[in-house]
Amino acid sequence: MENGRIYLDHAATTPVDPDVVEAMLPFLTSEFGNPSSIYYRGRQARRALDEARDAVAQAIGAQSPREIIFTGGGSEADNLALKGVAWAYRDRGRHIVTTAIEHHAVLRAAKSLGDQGFDVTYVRPDAHGIVAPEAVREAIRDDTILISVMHANNETGTLQPIREIAAIARERGIVFHTDAVQTVGHLPVDVSELGCDLLSLAAHKFYGPKGVGALYVRRSVSLAPLIHGGGQEQERRAGTENVAGIVGMAKALELSAVDRPQRLEKIRRLRDRLEAGILSAIEGARLNGHPHERLPGHLNVTFDGIEGESLLLNLDMQGIEASSGSACTSGSIEASHVLLAMGLDRKAALGSIRFSLGKRNTIEEIDRVLEVLPPLVERLRNTRISPGF
Amino acid sequence: MPHASKKGRVLVAMSGGVDSSVAAALLVEQGYECIGVTMQLWPEDLPLAHESGCCSLSAVEDARRVANKLGIPYYVLNFAHSFAEEVIERFAEEYLRGRTPNPCIVCNEKVKFGTFLQKALELGCDYVATGHYARVEYDPERGRYLLKRGKDPKKDQSYTLYGLTQEQLARTLLPLGAYHKDEVRAIARELGLVTASKPDSQEICFVPEGDYRAFMERYKPESKRPGPIVDLDGNVLGEHQGIAFYTIGQRKGLGITHPTPLYVVAIDEATNTVVVGPREAVQGMSLLADPVNLIAVPELAGPMEVTCKIRYRVQEAPATIVPGEDGAVITHFEEPQSAITPGQSVVWYDGDIVIGGGIIERDLKELKVAGPLPAAKAGAAR
Repeated sequence: MENGRIYLDHAATTPVDPDVVEAMLPFLTSEFGNPSSIYYRGRQARRALDEARDAVAQAIGAQSPREIIFTGGGSEADNLALKGVAWAYRDRGRHIVTTAIEHHAVLRAAKSLGDQGFDVTYVRPDAHGIVAPEAVREAIRDDTILISVMHANNETGTLQPIREIAAIARERGIVFHTDAVQTVGHLPVDVSELGCDLLSLAAHKFYGPKGVGALYVRRSVSLAPLIHGGGQEQERRAGTENVAGIVGMAKALELSAVDRPQRLEKIRRLRDRLEAGILSAIEGARLNGHPHERLPGHLNVTFDGIEGESLLLNLDMQGIEASSGSACTSGSIEASHVLLAMGLDRKAALGSIRFSLGKRNTIEEIDRVLEVLPPLVERLRNTRISPGF
Repeated sequence: MPHASKKGRVLVAMSGGVDSSVAAALLVEQGYECIGVTMQLWPEDLPLAHESGCCSLSAVEDARRVANKLGIPYYVLNFAHSFAEEVIERFAEEYLRGRTPNPCIVCNEKVKFGTFLQKALELGCDYVATGHYARVEYDPERGRYLLKRGKDPKKDQSYTLYGLTQEQLARTLLPLGAYHKDEVRAIARELGLVTASKPDSQEICFVPEGDYRAFMERYKPESKRPGPIVDLDGNVLGEHQGIAFYTIGQRKGLGITHPTPLYVVAIDEATNTVVVGPREAVQGMSLLADPVNLIAVPELAGPMEVTCKIRYRVQEAPATIVPGEDGAVITHFEEPQSAITPGQSVVWYDGDIVIGGGIIERDLKELKVAGPLPAAKAGAAR
């Protein structure tokens, strides 16, 4: 509980681990070289970059470090995956299959492709937020060139049957991408086991720095670059590499594997305590997402009869940081497209908030939330002004 | 919830403009615990009327910077649903009925001092505040909250706030009521607020370039519904494009050639007719207002002498108000008034004090229209 504030929004971002900061620091100070430079300092930076690439490749089960492209974060990785594959395979077909519950980085990249002559099908999830493999199969056409389905949903934490969907894609010879921004660094993620051709990840979701991510691209898959310039990242992403950030990401990924089962179990227990406490103490509180097929830190709840926005702002005033739906460009809260796709009505979607727990949360923090929340919901439900004339 | 300030917690509506920025600054200085909020009024999936106006990203950026400068918490809250339903939809429906609405009055009553006040109470606030130029004072003798004109006669906005109830006024702070616009700009410059030199906004925020007809054609395509234009003798002089596109007193754009100037004197929804006549026929001596909101008095027991405005930007005129049926109020003017327009608001003053006001239901004169349009129907579009 730093500054007396309780942070329950780890799905949005996480604090950088002190060991990660330490690993990064030399590359911001003495080891500041450009990896493309031929002299000693450049070679040192190049070595750090190569080691980081090896570490990331190994951590996610890639066959070769050449399958890792470093990017400026998860959104860039998603954009590179969708646009890069679409443009590389456009002679084979113009149809893309994705889902209605993807992150905006995928949805809006798909929409932009739709504006450029591609045809996009958005598969809808069931009421638990799970995308049925059969529904994906039915959406496939002869001219489908890419399927993109997220590994776990960022709002509900619900896990998708990626193995089954990847198998369908493989069977039909279609490139398959998964946005694993919410899972990498938390669950064990192995690209061969999942069977995906491309996979996006972002460092700041697992105690690494912001502004750095990676796209795994299976060697057999072609990809058109988005950013042209120097020959970095095998000519698939130009620009001087963010060496410190990349080193930090590799370090964070390495740390995420240490004591993983114990850490996940601790987070899950705290989350379950929060969930049980809310659902039992507050009438008209309902869980969104799958009860079990879910990331251990995610908890998305609808509170009947109130606006999530008011609840969040009140929690903020009481030092509790959570989130709701997706913020629009101006920062105001919109009804979540994920919850709407799962069949919630607009009111219920606006009445929902997301808690996402992390490794530093404590039982005292959870109990504090359980102390604050029920009277707050009660007060909000009873606050009404009489209408004007 | 414990409040950091004894004076109370205030939710300040910050549009990103100079007025609301200074309102927030003044309240902070006066010792209130302030929370700044920009109301997102415009649905994100619709194009903005003005790129630089309220609700635009740059307005949010400006408001955020001011809030940071003042050291107060700041949020952008979504009121798009409430705004679309209460303001835009009602605005369009009034025009469809041949009436001429004032959306700012509805927005104040339903959104800024309605939904926004509701949000303020949910956040444990004691008050809401805006950058309106008007004053709210409690009068212990009457036992009522009074709405008064702002100190700057050129900027006074009390007209647009007449719809506020006692409950709303009791929770409203209008710090700019005690200042001139020039003083407000000076304060903004002194504080180094980024919004100090922003121009005033004038138009209806959701109608691009003030062209409500183009807006209606886009938003309600059914408003294009041609019908007859008749004179007071019932002669058909031409065809109108849809009653939504006409307003009482309008002279231009009628598409009629006539030896003497013709004005729109009545619009009849039931027969989809626009009635035109000479200048004298646009003048009226009395009007019926319904619904009505009274501020300075709990009810109108008998006749009362007032001054009043029948539009926002119009010279005030002396009049007497008398109670009508079911809470309606009749206004009798001393001099004829031009273009008494159903849908607009009449607001009554006693000196600086707003007595109350109401939506103009109709001009009470008997229009002698021969032919297809029964006189009693003229303007009585309800």
